[in-house]
Amino acid sequence: MVEFLSFRDGESAQEPAVTVESFTGQSNATAVRIEPGEDARELLPHLDRISLIEVNFPGFGDGRGYSAARIVREAGYTGELRAVGDVLVDQIVAMRRCGFDSFHPAKALDDAAVDRALNRYDDVYQKAIDGRVPIWAKRHPETQNG
Amino acid sequence: MYRYDSYDQAIVDARVEEFRDQTQRRLSGALTEDQFKPLRLMNGLYLQLHAYMLRVAIPYGTLSAKQMRKLGEIAGKYDKGYGHFTTRQNLQYNWIKLADAPDILAELATVEMHAIQTSGNCIRNISSDQYAGVSADEVADPRPWAELLRQWSSFHPEFTYLPRKFKIAVIASDDDRAAMRLHDIGLKLVEPDGVVGAEVYAGGGMGRTPMVAPLIRDFVAEDEIISYLEACLRVYNRYGRRDNKYKARIKILVHEIGVEEYRRQVEEEFAHMRELGLNPPTQELARIRTFFAAPAYESGLSDEIDRSNPAFALWVDRQVAAHKVPGYAIVNISLKPIDGIPGDASAEQIALAADLAEAYSFDELRVTHAQNLVLPHVKKADLYTIWQKLVAAGLAEANLDLITDIIACPGLDYCALANARSIPLAQKIAARFADAERQADLGELKLKISGCINACGHHHAGHIGILGVDRKGVENFQLLLGGSGAEDASLGQITGPGFSEDGVVDAIEKVTDIYLAERENGERFLDTYRRIGMKPFKEAIYG
Repeated sequence: MVEFLSFRDGESAQEPAVTVESFTGQSNATAVRIEPGEDARELLPHLDRISLIEVNFPGFGDGRGYSAARIVREAGYTGELRAVGDVLVDQIVAMRRCGFDSFHPAKALDDAAVDRALNRYDDVYQKAIDGRVPIWAKRHPETQNG
Repeated sequence: MYRYDSYDQAIVDARVEEFRDQTQRRLSGALTEDQFKPLRLMNGLYLQLHAYMLRVAIPYGTLSAKQMRKLGEIAGKYDKGYGHFTTRQNLQYNWIKLADAPDILAELATVEMHAIQTSGNCIRNISSDQYAGVSADEVADPRPWAELLRQWSSFHPEFTYLPRKFKIAVIASDDDRAAMRLHDIGLKLVEPDGVVGAEVYAGGGMGRTPMVAPLIRDFVAEDEIISYLEACLRVYNRYGRRDNKYKARIKILVHEIGVEEYRRQVEEEFAHMRELGLNPPTQELARIRTFFAAPAYESGLSDEIDRSNPAFALWVDRQVAAHKVPGYAIVNISLKPIDGIPGDASAEQIALAADLAEAYSFDELRVTHAQNLVLPHVKKADLYTIWQKLVAAGLAEANLDLITDIIACPGLDYCALANARSIPLAQKIAARFADAERQADLGELKLKISGCINACGHHHAGHIGILGVDRKGVENFQLLLGGSGAEDASLGQITGPGFSEDGVVDAIEKVTDIYLAERENGERFLDTYRRIGMKPFKEAIYG
């Protein structure tokens, strides 16, 4: 079973994450946790000093964290982006696509199921954060730079 | 007709295997029902009162003969011999065994069909105008846009756990045959300066708080529509309510913050998202468009129709609509026989419709949100032959848009959410108004029945709407007047206290009597209601 899953090179951040409110109120923290309903954009002025952003999923059906993840990645954040809480194996692929690169699920995941999920779909329809080339770009290689 | 390439096919095939794996884990006991439920609901499989129900997507309501034939085969092989066409242009099988569901999906995949995102809090099947591509007044065929959106919305990484389900419609005519403004987002293709783009409406919907969607942008170009919709969805995903599922649709967000504020937030997000390279190149829409090129119509055909058979002439007048090409017609096939179940078709009837499409309609069929079928490209010279075959199959009812062309949800006969039975009521109303002359005299009169507040039967948008409720354990029916899902969209108003099943049929009759007495200059029922208001109807019903 997988307690912690990382797609990053090297060590994962260990510093305990603080709330968005306490993060924006102090200057030395480098890890922050976004709860559903908190505005990820509040972190954008501080991205260069953050090494870990945790996004909490108290329930798997609350999808606000997917938008939070994309927003910080679209703004250029390159540090660790970790999904924590009620993270299910069937959601890992979508979360990867939104920019998450580590996972700390409340309930450990089955290794084989994670592998199957990650390898299920060869191609994707949308451009997202993970750099996968969408199907429309593969259909029209002449329109793509390089 | 769109055809899958190897990318599209691989995704649908992978989805079948994924669902097979999930189903096997459930059948073996490795997954509990609680764990399995969200997985099956992402694939249109509901546990209803008596059995599993599988909802199959019919993207923008367009089918090939081969696809239709497969739907009939599945009805015969895995269901009790029926399919039920829904108000979202989908098809539901009401008697499915869980163990069979993966095999059904595998069969659907062989004809480029699926059940992806026909349930769940995600972007649902994209709906459209059943006359797309054949009506003279459209600015462009809306289906290429709908297919572009189908692909974009399939397994969207950010928008699969929205606050609530999300329905999109695309139309391209001033005549709205898709209830576009009663969708979470409605697109209407327009061509203001020789360039086709979309008007965008957001925040429509039915359910317990019906809303007609306001216009939020008067033009989005085709090469920016994806990034614009991503902006609309992101604002909704972040700020739509999640504390109460009955207030979670985008209509509540737009209503609570106001259309100006929603628009402002979307524009701000769009300014950012349009720079992210999210939009497919215009070549992709052009590629999709080639699949929807007009079929090889013959030229020089006659527009004459031999009307010497009066029953045939009646059917032609009611069921046949104008086609943009001379010598051709659009045929509406009623799934509303007087004693039938609205939207139901037997396996044999589905097979016949497939045969007719293959022989007489360039291999193509449409499904309408009013739960009927359409043969979109029929030679006028073939109408009589088609009519004879429909008569033999019990499909020649001539009641399009008349009072017996009733939209009804499955209701308490099938649905776990329902409070009241819709089907027996629809049958009673149809029986009361069965007389063809009486129906014709009443003219266009859209009657829509929902068996609960969720409004799958579009009762808010009925010229006459009926809502089934539970009143202390007894089925009770509220009556609404004055709704419309068309280009003159409006929401029906409740007349007053509800009725028993028989009582509501009587009340409808009184309402129609008032209309007949009050109408002026060939007004439709809806026009008379709008002119004279609720009061005379109310007095007749309760007075």
